Amino acid sequence: MAEEPTDPTSEPAKEGFDRRTALKVGGATLGAAAFARALAPLTEWTEDLSVDGFLQKHYKELTPEELSAVLRRHEAETERRYGREVTIRDLRPQEGVSFGYALNLSVCIGCRRCAEACHIENNHDRRTQTSYIRVLEMTQGSFDMEHGTAVYDHEAVPAPGKYYMPVQCQQCDNPPCVHVCPVEATWKEEDGIVVVDYDWCIGCRYCEAACPYHARRFNWERPVVPAEEINPNQSYLSNRIRPQGVMEKCHFCLHRTREGRAPACLEACPTGARVFGNLLDPNSDIRWVLENKRVFVLKEDLGTRPRFFYYFG
Amino acid sequence: MSARDHAISYPKFLWRAVSMATDGSWLFYTWMLVLTAIALVGANAWAQQTVDGMALTSMSDHVSWGLYIANFTFAVGLAAGGVMMVIPAYLYRDERMHDVVIVGELLAIAALVMALLFVVVDLGRPDRFWHLMPFIGRFHWPISMLTWDVIVLNGYLLINAHICGYLLYTRFIGKKPDPRWYIPFVMVSIVWAISVHTVTAFLYSGLGGRPFWNSALLAPRFLVTAFITGPAFIVLTLRFMRGATRFAVPSGPVATLVGVMRVTVIVNLFMLGAELFTELYSGGSHAAAAEYLWFGLHGANALVPWTWAALLFNVAAAVILLTPALARRYWVLNAACVLAFAGVWIEKGMGLIIPGFIPSTLHEIVEYVPSTTEWRITAGIWAFGLMVYTVLMKVALPIVAGEERLDRRGAPAKPTAPAPAARDEEE
Repeated sequence: MAEEPTDPTSEPAKEGFDRRTALKVGGATLGAAAFARALAPLTEWTEDLSVDGFLQKHYKELTPEELSAVLRRHEAETERRYGREVTIRDLRPQEGVSFGYALNLSVCIGCRRCAEACHIENNHDRRTQTSYIRVLEMTQGSFDMEHGTAVYDHEAVPAPGKYYMPVQCQQCDNPPCVHVCPVEATWKEEDGIVVVDYDWCIGCRYCEAACPYHARRFNWERPVVPAEEINPNQSYLSNRIRPQGVMEKCHFCLHRTREGRAPACLEACPTGARVFGNLLDPNSDIRWVLENKRVFVLKEDLGTRPRFFYYFG
Repeated sequence: MSARDHAISYPKFLWRAVSMATDGSWLFYTWMLVLTAIALVGANAWAQQTVDGMALTSMSDHVSWGLYIANFTFAVGLAAGGVMMVIPAYLYRDERMHDVVIVGELLAIAALVMALLFVVVDLGRPDRFWHLMPFIGRFHWPISMLTWDVIVLNGYLLINAHICGYLLYTRFIGKKPDPRWYIPFVMVSIVWAISVHTVTAFLYSGLGGRPFWNSALLAPRFLVTAFITGPAFIVLTLRFMRGATRFAVPSGPVATLVGVMRVTVIVNLFMLGAELFTELYSGGSHAAAAEYLWFGLHGANALVPWTWAALLFNVAAAVILLTPALARRYWVLNAACVLAFAGVWIEKGMGLIIPGFIPSTLHEIVEYVPSTTEWRITAGIWAFGLMVYTVLMKVALPIVAGEERLDRRGAPAKPTAPAPAARDEEE
């Protein structure tokens, strides 16, 4: 477009044509070299990528043998990169189990020990102090989160005139995050837990935009955890150390709960505000709470049908 | 022509295109060199971001989309707006538009390339792109709106590439284009352009947890603003072609496009007013994002100057376009196009994406200001988009003008051929 009018009828002399071609070839070579130079940092990255990792199939498509190989590969990689021997297992949902969680807002004191326990249990990045739980300090007389804050710092909790509301993944039965994922890297398991295949996620963060509960976290860089602080009891869909550039979220500590243990956040709670259990078991604590307390869910109007219940009492 | 003839003439066409795209004046070389430099800076920043992680951006778990997705949204609009030329030309049989239609279609191609790149640089794991491919990966269609976007964006790119490629090739070999091979695609492209931007709006408006986006007005407003930016860019391009190149550009298309913009700028302002009224009159927490955008919220006000600037630009553009005495002046009308383009870029880019995250779903206020990495990558993609557009135009215009043909090189069809308007020389 930006071309000066030339005399179009005169054929370029052979010499001129050759010079021009030579210039073009030279320019193209320089351009290619500059482009390769600009992208050079990628070579550092590809060293970290394995062919096996690149070609790895979706979790649901892996045969038992393939899955086993994947788990061993991740164990070896964790040892190489983090200097800690860990066990990564694949725990499946149990028959006749469907998990639910309830939290008593009357006794929660906002100590955030649940958030800390989550941080340690799940091998979160130490620098960013990530946790799947965010505790909101709410103002008496209001249930509007606008009048709450997650960044409070008092000498002692609970502060006068405040109450506390820990928020984590609500394990919705109609989960917007699962619907929006373009590659099915996140889904709902038989026992109600919404999980992420960290090896399949492309890191578009659409789920993070879709979640109404701020439950999802992104690995903005590779997590840093000192070897001695790593929790070696890991599983593929839960607390194994996540790769850079993928989503993660609360998984109800499935590496514990699928073996009949309590989630780390519940175990850490000093006031007994947390109740966890099998919704299908009529004798479970969670069933007792649902039947005897006036429970409610967050943002019910959005139709997400959470499995996480709150109550005062 | 037989298939064998095409097997010979098509490679010739491609080869000639390469040579045309790389031949030019010093002005052209300087322009391309500057763009290449910026694109390289962007490529380098992206490589660094891929290695070190998205932590190099200013995005966070609170504001998890930023400058990239803002520009993606805008670029999709520009691509949809490119067909604004096609609608009058083919739907209303405006013959004057036929010869310049390709300017809009090539704009659509360049803008789509940009849109796709903006998505790629936003991915935390670009190495896993194949997971998003239908049949090869696990394509969550039709539930995920993002898979619809993948389909419509790539489909739109193919349709436009086909139309442009076919028309240029037939011109090049000196044949009359067979309407059966492009008119149906043109008609599809018109519907498809609408769908491209509708689907992109649905990406956001489908999220119930984000009240700022969860509005039925989003898709209509996206289309209206697309039909501001597309025509604004094309008007500027046509005027540049007229002033700085040897190609004659009829004045009819500019008048038609300005007519379109006169309607769309005012409809956009009306829709903005309707949205603001709905948000602010009833108040409450659902208005918090709009409050943040326009007035700042609890001391956080990074977007306030931008959004008022956008309003100023849009109003100024509307005043110029709707005042004939002003719109008649060459440079004033150019300024109106630039203002409208910039105004929509702010309003539909950062002005739309960021307030979706502020306050967050737990009503926390964490602000976002793009990092230098993000600005570098964004500038790089814009530079690359402009390079694509320049090269495409560089190849297309002489062919459309009949200067470049299989049987002759670099010679005008007739000594005084009025360039693109020279339709009569079709055989």
